[in-house]
Amino acid sequence: MASTDVAHRTSRLPGSGWLETLLVSLGIRGRALVIAIPFVWLFLFFFVPFLIVLWVSTSFVVIAQPPYTHITPEGTFALNIGESYKRLFVDALYFKSYLNSLLVAAVSTILCLVIAYPMAYGMARCSHSTRNILLMLVILPFWTSFLIRVYAWIGLLKNNGLINNGLIGLRDHVSYYLTYCFGDGAGDWVSSIALPINMMNTNFAVYLGIVYSYLPFMILPLYATLEKMDLSLIEAATDLGCKPLKAFFVITVPLSFPGIVAGSMLVFIPAVGEYVIPELLGGPSSLMIGRVLYNEFFSNRDWPTASALAIAVLIALVGPLMIYQKYQDKELEKES
Amino acid sequence: MPVGAGGAGQWGIEQLGEIMAAVEKTTKQQNKHVNTPWNDPKAEPYIRIENVTKKFGEFVAVNNVSLNIYRGELFSLLGGSGCGKTTLLRMLAGFENPTAGKIYIDGVDMAGIPPYDRPTNMMFQSYALFPHMTVEQNVSFGLKQDKYPDSEIRQRVTQMLDMVQLTPFAKRKPHQLSGGQRQRVALARSLVKQPKLLLLDEPLGALDKKLREATQFELMNIQDRLGITFIVVTHDQEEAMTLSTRIGVMNAGQIVQIGTPQEIYEYPQNKMIADFIGSVNLFEGQIVEDEPGHVLIRSDEAGGDIYIDHGISSAPGARAWIAIRPEKIHLTKQDLNEPHNCVKGVVKGIAYMGNLSIYLVQLDSGKQIKVTLQNQVRAAEATIDWDDRVSVTWHANSPVALLS
Repeated sequence: MASTDVAHRTSRLPGSGWLETLLVSLGIRGRALVIAIPFVWLFLFFFVPFLIVLWVSTSFVVIAQPPYTHITPEGTFALNIGESYKRLFVDALYFKSYLNSLLVAAVSTILCLVIAYPMAYGMARCSHSTRNILLMLVILPFWTSFLIRVYAWIGLLKNNGLINNGLIGLRDHVSYYLTYCFGDGAGDWVSSIALPINMMNTNFAVYLGIVYSYLPFMILPLYATLEKMDLSLIEAATDLGCKPLKAFFVITVPLSFPGIVAGSMLVFIPAVGEYVIPELLGGPSSLMIGRVLYNEFFSNRDWPTASALAIAVLIALVGPLMIYQKYQDKELEKES
Repeated sequence: MPVGAGGAGQWGIEQLGEIMAAVEKTTKQQNKHVNTPWNDPKAEPYIRIENVTKKFGEFVAVNNVSLNIYRGELFSLLGGSGCGKTTLLRMLAGFENPTAGKIYIDGVDMAGIPPYDRPTNMMFQSYALFPHMTVEQNVSFGLKQDKYPDSEIRQRVTQMLDMVQLTPFAKRKPHQLSGGQRQRVALARSLVKQPKLLLLDEPLGALDKKLREATQFELMNIQDRLGITFIVVTHDQEEAMTLSTRIGVMNAGQIVQIGTPQEIYEYPQNKMIADFIGSVNLFEGQIVEDEPGHVLIRSDEAGGDIYIDHGISSAPGARAWIAIRPEKIHLTKQDLNEPHNCVKGVVKGIAYMGNLSIYLVQLDSGKQIKVTLQNQVRAAEATIDWDDRVSVTWHANSPVALLS
């Protein structure tokens, strides 16, 4: 029998024989086995939990442990189909936070793109040694925990934080200096500037935090495509009568499109579900779906609604994910 | 057809047509060589390069080059890598600015004129086709920049694609084309604007030998038909020889010799050029006699006296080098005893090339030389074999005496 053949030929972990026998009897061996491992992993730790979330989203809230049930007060089994989903549409809070998440993610993505493109472009045009240093600097923030970096922004942005204290110190010094030099009242207009600037717990802080945290994810794919680009294409364009700025838009930008798509997806997708940044830096008005979801699970203990919300987010992200996948495939195709 | 009808019955009309075309081509090429504006002091050069120098930091890429190129020429810049030929071409296109000196195209000073305003187009070594555009879009790109009406763009692109025989591929992207097709797209793209000057950077570098030969003639034909002035950069001396009206040989940032292919090959000005163009045997020697009618040079390296039937006007006793092309040397097994232009040696190697054979002969002086002989008879009947003792002779007008 084939299974015994394999068992004799391959050394294996003790006690894993049953798994091998199972796989082989299912007709999975060799290359299929290698491919099967990640699939099994994703099945167990992504698909099964997804089904559990789906299952929970069809249940009733109950004050119990766990806080959901499929048993009605009458004691019969029932699926609570649609009620938790309906709430997402009826209660404006969910819909608003949902739209707000998409908006924040979209704006952050555009901001990241606008900031990252010149950076990536500049890096790609540097000498090789400089390039590596710059690349290193882009990756360097990852050496510190994401959470700590976001906390650090609190220290910078809060009312008696570094930025505001610096500005206040500067204001007071300038005002004092003007008064000293030009007499009483000369520095009044400076000292009347309203400080501190309220930055913490605002949408501004959320955008700042997201753009800061996700910028490297935009820079790296952009850099990768721009660095590969043949510079003689730009020369060819100018040689054929195209001015440099136009050449940038008709040659460089279209050719870096795969990088733009990859970077945008890498920023947009996690930004939609972002929880930590709005929680730490955002105010009560910066409603984002991740935050609402967290509150629903842990504060309200309304697991069915929270699950429904989670699935709604997933559905919203399937579109962008598919676009991303399509571009990745296209790129691979081109390279082969 | 103004041809005697005598042979027509035997060959058929197609063959006659082909023969006529071939004859016409040769006459045209001969005419081109008869038309030599560079020998006419009154002729106005079309491109004037005056004392152009280009430095990159401390490195001098182009060193004080002056060059006149005439309308309709196909001028080659020939040299090894790093000799400055590409830098010179890039300065003509406007991608680099000269550190010193001036460039005039059709009488206009090019200083400060960016590439997009110059009457030049370039065909890049890598072709630099826009990968996200179709063949058609690539070719029409330049015309669109100049805002020609759509109908004219379409007409000119169609015409161009027709000429380079790429009409069936108009809708393809560059990565769907073969190397030769890409090269033709690049050519069409650079020609479609009908520039005053077309710059070609190693145009045939990436092609295989057969395709390269075909394209060489195609290039010459196009150049002939459109009358555009071409400047070709190449490291391939064979390519330069077949294509060019004139060749400028470059070395270390300077032009060391300018001349027709024939002049460069037959009358190289120094050892470096003689060695670079084709293969050559060099002997060092001392001038014994230098009369207007002849030179006599004693060379220990050759192991005998060398007599050349033209004077070179130098001081007797000066050092000189004698360059003799391998195909201008004759070998015989006879034991000849001439007073000069005759040395002895032993055949140490034979490389059979089909149409000719290369013989490596170790002279009695110890120097090894190369001799090529046509295989006029079948190889099996070859008369000279390995380790044969031979007399090596050449005609008095074959060698060139070089002073540097």
